[in-house]
Amino acid sequence: MSQTITPPPAQSSGSVTSSGLSGGDRALDLSTPGLLSGEFVQETAALTKRLFIQLQRRPTTLVAGVIQPLMWLILFGALFQNVPEGLFGTSQNYGQFLGAGVIVFTAFGGALNAGLPVMFDREFGFLNRLLVAPLASRFSIVLASSIFIAALSMVQTAVIVAASAALGAGLPGVVGLILVAAIVLTLVLGVTGVSLGLAFALPGHVELIAVIFVTNLPLLFASTALAPLAFMPTWLQWVASLNPLSYAIEPIRFVYTHALWSLGDVVLTAPFADVTLGMALLVLVGFDAIALLGVRALLQRTLA
Amino acid sequence: MVAAVRIEALQKRYGQVEAVKDVSLTIESGEVFGLLGPNGAGKTTTLRCLCTLATPDAGLIEVSGVSVVKHPKVARQCLGYVAQEVALDKVLTGRELLELQAALYHIPAKQMGDRIQNLITMLDMSDWIDQRSGTYSGGMRRRLDLATGLLHQPDVLVLDEPTVGLDIESRVVVWDFIRKLRTQGTTVLITSHYLEEIDALADRVAIIDKGMVIASGSPSELKDKVGGDRITLRLREFTPHDEAQAAQSLLQSLDCVQDVIINEVQGNSLNLVVKSQSDALMRVQTALKQAGLPTFGIAQSRPSLDDVYLAATGTTLTDAEMAAASARDSKQYRKENMR
Ligand SMILES: Nc1ncnc2c1ncn2[C@@H]1O[C@H](COP(=O)(O)OP(=O)(O)OP(=O)(O)O)[C@@H](O)[C@H]1O
Ligand SMILES: [Mg+2]
Repeated sequence: MSQTITPPPAQSSGSVTSSGLSGGDRALDLSTPGLLSGEFVQETAALTKRLFIQLQRRPTTLVAGVIQPLMWLILFGALFQNVPEGLFGTSQNYGQFLGAGVIVFTAFGGALNAGLPVMFDREFGFLNRLLVAPLASRFSIVLASSIFIAALSMVQTAVIVAASAALGAGLPGVVGLILVAAIVLTLVLGVTGVSLGLAFALPGHVELIAVIFVTNLPLLFASTALAPLAFMPTWLQWVASLNPLSYAIEPIRFVYTHALWSLGDVVLTAPFADVTLGMALLVLVGFDAIALLGVRALLQRTLA
Repeated sequence: MVAAVRIEALQKRYGQVEAVKDVSLTIESGEVFGLLGPNGAGKTTTLRCLCTLATPDAGLIEVSGVSVVKHPKVARQCLGYVAQEVALDKVLTGRELLELQAALYHIPAKQMGDRIQNLITMLDMSDWIDQRSGTYSGGMRRRLDLATGLLHQPDVLVLDEPTVGLDIESRVVVWDFIRKLRTQGTTVLITSHYLEEIDALADRVAIIDKGMVIASGSPSELKDKVGGDRITLRLREFTPHDEAQAAQSLLQSLDCVQDVIINEVQGNSLNLVVKSQSDALMRVQTALKQAGLPTFGIAQSRPSLDDVYLAATGTTLTDAEMAAASARDSKQYRKENMR
């Protein structure tokens, strides 16, 4: 057997000597250089494929994930059916008002659960398989989950949009629909990151489920998903205006009710400022940046 | 020539537990190296440090001369690790798992199919490889796992207790396979707490106990070092205890006999430690005949690896095993192996 070491193909140096690979090689694990390589694409695609095979053979999560928002729409919509017109701002009816909330809340819930499969992989030792493999970057584990969750949330969103249209909420225009998709994806990216970070930071799935449980509903109620800011006491207005979910909900609601919209339109009248559509989008992107940076630090600690 | 694996003064502790205190070993390329030790000796921890799943507290680990701490990716590329507890994705079929694994090791799509097919043939998995792995038996899982470890044609295959919990038949399949790999020049590092397994497979062995290497060398070197030969003597098929005791004191007085133990579990047979290369067997037989004691069966053998372990630690491996097994539970084990 030959005794020369073949370095991983991504590295260009011909042979490995301690000087040739000195320094930051370890940091490579999570840093960007590997991210565009064919190897990174290959491993990410394979990990994503695994998640889709799982989904195909165990479709229950998806079925439940579609049925749940439909029930929200129908039951909640019925609950407030006879509310006088005009009470919910520019929305023609509560169903239309609620649609945006259900879209965002559904995507949020799905993304929040993204860490669970990873946690189970950790607990069953499957993750060790990935960790002993010479991955171009372990970020592929994170990216695969994000792609999967993003795809799921797109399916859910499409179903909700179609169902609310059928229930009389109308449809935004094509650009509006694209904006809805973009907002959902942005939110999902950040929340998935947080959930995956938790999956690596918490000791086990019991703790993760507990955290998901205590974040999920409170964040829903402390947002503008079910009722407009005007209905809330001042303190809750503050909370809702600091809740990232509101910054996803209000723009979607706005494009539902306004055939003509622009980035400069005010979508949320927070106690501290008027928030325009453009600003809301910036807030979401900022939320992603903060979430991913925090998670990156966490992942680097556990996965490096 | 650079050693395939070199571990020097490795230390790793988990909180209060010193899992590995001082382990040094060198594995030459092309050999089967056995790591033998009772439960909790630190075998798995050593392998986890080698395979970059755990970071050593101190010491040096090199794979083909490259530090695994400084260049984990090189180590990961060179090593094929088959962990002690098989973690399969129940929903995937064996083939899908192999395909996933191939992608994680960046095997080009063109070669992937052939390599997977070769392993399926070699390990005789074709009948069930397209079934979901949730339905596999222990032996099937093990074979699939061996395949995942070999897929990227690693320089060194690292097997953590590959036959634990398997029935004899599956165990023999695994043994034969390791022998075949050896003839093909693959370096293999294998842990076990089965003496016979290491004795049968390993070119060289390190015995570890409580995180320290207590003996290392080829099995026959180690046995020579313990010295003496063993004689197993049965006076009758089931010997009465007093007769066994009489024979014990008689044989103890022979100067070629170093020690005599009555093995009550084996029908009061006698286990003798005698000077090797002497005519001990004959002299024992003569002495028995002169004293009018019968001989049902008598056999001389070289010391076993268990005797090596006994000489170094004062307990037999089997006893150490029992003590350790009762001190550990499997839930704890799961936790330990979590990342
Ligand atoms: N992650 C961990 N956290 C805490 N203790 C650990 C951890 N890993 C191992 N240990 C402890 O270190 C010691 C050595 O464990 P190790 O798993 O290396 O033994 P082993 O020789 O592989 O045993 P076995 O034959 O049972 O597999 C044990 O006392 C174990 O409890
Ligand atoms: Mg072990």
